[in-house]
Amino acid sequence: MKENIFKNRMAATGLGIIVLLILTAIFAPVLAPHDPNEQILQNALITPCWKYPLGTDEFGRCVLSRIIFGTQTALFIGISVALMSALIGVGIGLISGFYGGRVDEILMRFVDIFLAFPGLILALVVAGLLGPGMLNVIVALTLVGWMGYARVVRGAVLTEKENEFIETVESLGASDGYIMFRHLLPNVISPIIVMASIGIGQAILGAAALSFLGIGVQPPTAMWGSMLSYGKDYLQTAPYLTIFPGLIIMITVLAFNFLGDGLRDSCDPRCGKLMSE
Amino acid sequence: MGSIFSLVVSLIIAIPAGVISAEKQHSMIDHITMTSALIGTSIPSFWLGLLLILVFSVKLGWFPVYGYGGLQYIVLPALTLGAGLAGITTRLTRSSMLEVLNQDYVITARSKGLSEKRIIYHHALKNALIPIITVIGIQLGHLLGGTVIVESIFAWPGIGKLLVDSIYVRDFATVQACVLLFAIIFVCINLLVDVLYVFLDPRISYEKE
Repeated sequence: MKENIFKNRMAATGLGIIVLLILTAIFAPVLAPHDPNEQILQNALITPCWKYPLGTDEFGRCVLSRIIFGTQTALFIGISVALMSALIGVGIGLISGFYGGRVDEILMRFVDIFLAFPGLILALVVAGLLGPGMLNVIVALTLVGWMGYARVVRGAVLTEKENEFIETVESLGASDGYIMFRHLLPNVISPIIVMASIGIGQAILGAAALSFLGIGVQPPTAMWGSMLSYGKDYLQTAPYLTIFPGLIIMITVLAFNFLGDGLRDSCDPRCGKLMSE
Repeated sequence: MGSIFSLVVSLIIAIPAGVISAEKQHSMIDHITMTSALIGTSIPSFWLGLLLILVFSVKLGWFPVYGYGGLQYIVLPALTLGAGLAGITTRLTRSSMLEVLNQDYVITARSKGLSEKRIIYHHALKNALIPIITVIGIQLGHLLGGTVIVESIFAWPGIGKLLVDSIYVRDFATVQACVLLFAIIFVCINLLVDVLYVFLDPRISYEKE
């Protein structure tokens, strides 16, 4: 009980931060004190002050404004990746678990092939080969993110389809698609939501890592990872260029992890077990 | 190489932290450990690396900023890479220990009058290790991915840095070779984990009945 209160408080904190971030992304043009892409070279590398609360970078751009506009990019990538991976993973998991047999065998080996590569490395190579661009980053991160959903959904469907109500619908002559989407999917949705919440955070982290390595979204798009990457060249003279973008990445990822963790405990006791399998 | 070091670093931090956290469940120590474990998993490794450089190399001058060489060169990269894994392992150690501590044989051990220390380290931890090793096996893959970032930050001449550099110059043959090598290492680690199970828990057997 005490545990739950602690976890719920964490989940509420996470949700609060996420709502704030979404509002920041929506109202970015209003909130940002300066144009995030406006370069004023004589204002380069100003330490934090009243006019530039978080200082300016090597081109004289306002760091705070760039972080605020970076929220849009980060959330957009995070949410699209989580949505796309969930769509692919849930589809494959449903089919694999429902039909079983050879279909299951083939699809699961396919999942295994993807799991054989360390995630970030595959994403890095795919994004690197596809070339720069936000869409390519999303594709690359989706490609390494869907397997978890497929496995969890498959496992859940395998146990769920043994239930009598499925047999009943089957004997009533319902089509396979109807059973999968109307009867199986609602029963396996809670672990998917938990995974998606954590997945958004992971995708934001992944996108930041890619842009930190200089692969992915290209300048001048405001992106937390690339801000860090350019900031690190001024680590000795202007450490704030590194500290603030990293801090916001950490807070964002933490918020999604908090939420996912809290949801996992509250949604369903089984769901934690399923996830750890 | 760096991965092994960071694995060791993270285990040194994580297992005692997880055990203590489970032992003193709901205490202040527990909450603090769990929160910092979650922070450890959420902190971007590239940022942590830069912060460590800033504090320990630039300000304090304890470790070299980057490069390749003796043991002092490996400390910061290993810490950077190990933090995330330590967070995950701590959380897992705690939940796994909590589960084991409720088992009947622990109650038996208690009623036999064994010291709490002996129960925890001799009876419980050994059984709690199985899920921990599974996840470590999976996480080592992430660690391999992390080497790409850490090697870039610390200019460490490893496969990760080679991979990134060859992507920059579009040297596809090298990219293919690196990815294949990473995949082979990853698969071998997973195989090793499967073999380790049998040693840890003799009940597990891979033979078909």
